[in-house]
Amino acid sequence: MSFMIRFIVAAVVAGTPLLFGTLGEIMNERVGHLNLGVEGMMSLGAVAGFMVGYRTDNFALALIAAFAAGALGALIYAIVTVTFMANHTVAGLTLTIFGIGLTNVIGFHYLGMSESGTLKLPEHITQQMRAVHITGLSDVPVIGPLLFQYNPFVYVGIVIAVLLALFYNFTKAGLNVRAIGENPQAADAAGVHVLAWKYVNIVIGGGICGIGGAFTIMITNGGVWISDCVGGLGWIAVALVIFATWKPVNAIWGSFVFGAMRILKYYVNKEIIHIPDAFYDMLPFLVTAVILVLVSARQVRDKAQPAACGTNYFREDR
Amino acid sequence: MSEQIQTHKEPLIRVSKRKELTPRQATLLKLLSLVLALIAGGIFLAVLGFNPLVIYATIVTGAFRSTLAIQGTVKIMIPLFISALGVTLAYKMQFWNIGAEGQIIIGAIFASYFGLFHSNWPRPLLLVVMLIASMIGGGLWGLLPAIFKNKWNTNETLFTLMLNYIALHLIAFLRDGPWRDPANPGFAKIATFTENAILPKLFGIHIGWVIALILFVLVYIYLKYTKHGYEISVIGGSKATANYAGMNVKKIVLRTIFLSGAICGIAGFSNAAGSDLTLAMGVAGGVGFTAIIVAWLADLNPVGILIVSFLFAVLDKGSSVIQSSYGLSTDCSDVLEGIILFFVIAGGFFVKYRFVLRKKKNVGTPTQVKGGEAA
Repeated sequence: MSFMIRFIVAAVVAGTPLLFGTLGEIMNERVGHLNLGVEGMMSLGAVAGFMVGYRTDNFALALIAAFAAGALGALIYAIVTVTFMANHTVAGLTLTIFGIGLTNVIGFHYLGMSESGTLKLPEHITQQMRAVHITGLSDVPVIGPLLFQYNPFVYVGIVIAVLLALFYNFTKAGLNVRAIGENPQAADAAGVHVLAWKYVNIVIGGGICGIGGAFTIMITNGGVWISDCVGGLGWIAVALVIFATWKPVNAIWGSFVFGAMRILKYYVNKEIIHIPDAFYDMLPFLVTAVILVLVSARQVRDKAQPAACGTNYFREDR
Repeated sequence: MSEQIQTHKEPLIRVSKRKELTPRQATLLKLLSLVLALIAGGIFLAVLGFNPLVIYATIVTGAFRSTLAIQGTVKIMIPLFISALGVTLAYKMQFWNIGAEGQIIIGAIFASYFGLFHSNWPRPLLLVVMLIASMIGGGLWGLLPAIFKNKWNTNETLFTLMLNYIALHLIAFLRDGPWRDPANPGFAKIATFTENAILPKLFGIHIGWVIALILFVLVYIYLKYTKHGYEISVIGGSKATANYAGMNVKKIVLRTIFLSGAICGIAGFSNAAGSDLTLAMGVAGGVGFTAIIVAWLADLNPVGILIVSFLFAVLDKGSSVIQSSYGLSTDCSDVLEGIILFFVIAGGFFVKYRFVLRKKKNVGTPTQVKGGEAA
């Protein structure tokens, strides 16, 4: 029993950075922009969150910085693709290369200035970013560790997912935004501010990705700086968007399932089940590829990518 | 939002189509974008506390400071150039695959099989077999998304992204299991190739560069002077037109994507047998992604690809010098590449469109203009 609880808790923690990346990418794809820059935006969030946390020793400021950095990266992408109508694939790849590069340049710069040759977050912030403890609730057996002992990121991620789901499904503005992703011409004709909403969604989505990046360095890596801390999670997040069929609520459990896949190899009894580690690492991608094919083969409309994804919108082309 | 529609005035700036620029003007526009990008990059360097001119000069001189450095620059260029040629075939058909990375890897795996387990074959035969194997491997890996695209219109961008990672973990599987070097009991690695499976050198650089130049000529002719090349450009323009003209679009897509993957596979072979001398996890190392950017910057033109991949290689090689001389991370090259590309692809806008300012008489209602709608 306790083994199962440990596994689930570990899966949730491993899935949380993916949750942020996935939610950010869903926001992008919902307005028709297949943004391949998730990895870059997460990196930018990681370096900004870490460096601000390192300097100020304040967890809230670090989170804000991570959000701002991801959002800035996304803003560049938005300017290039929305206003200047550049190719989404190329712009996204560029954002990834640029983001990772800039992150490593800044990290290298600060590492060079530190006396010990390492960068570690100070004590105060480390305590704040650790698991929460709610007196009473956190101590309940089974339910306590399963629900009330995570680090603050987990709860922030779930709250954002729920808010996004409410926004897209139950508000008029949310419906408008979804219309932009499916058919921007129709949305524009109906009086929706297509370009403004594209900017809003892409930039906020980038900010959410940035928080996920901060997670990778602050939690996964225990607050010690390393380069390439995001390590491909951004790409898994792009995959997860498909797995979650572009719905924020599915992203919650989807990212926890993917988190479980990431840690599965440490929890399987290797003496009974002989599967090479590489196949566990491959699993999320294999599963996503299969889902992608199945969804396209069955042509399930509400489980498909927003129809206008990857295309630019120019008013006069109507 | 809806109440504002009635009161919505003409925005301050709007976008309108223009008469398309001539190729010559477009090239000038690109150069202008490049200059602006270098200025922006210079501001970035200045913020970090470096003199941008010194850094730029060091990058250029660093890439050519010695024979060894020049050889290093060319070595960086080879896989980039080959895979950019490969992705060009696919992108000419508007087949938005980002799977070059995976195709490079599978090409390298196929070639490495012969390099590792048939190293007793005569060297020329072995190398030719490795080359062909890498083409088959890369081609088949490229074919997968094309088959699904043809059958169910499966999104090729997302599908090839998954295939990249599946390929990467395949190397890990081979390294940890069946292909693990028994002579290396410590950490798992794949054995180094024996002499027979290593590309010979010409002018101090493995002959991957000769292969690259041959490919350059072949791709150039293929795209420009053959029926196949014509079919590719028609499909890229409009699939409906191609269908109407009686072309078998599905067959042409499969054929072209196979070739595209096969060329990327060669890059994998050249990296494994020329640079790494084994099958390493980093055999593709992001080249597949950068190649897409190179091909795009070059407008999918083989001559342009030659120039752009050379510039990128210089930037890469030169950045390793600024790390040792100025303590600025080598990743600086990625930042500069990113800045350049952002400017150039944004600048591409002006080939087809222009901004139109609102006429004077309408000024006076600036409050109606929404920030994001400025375009």
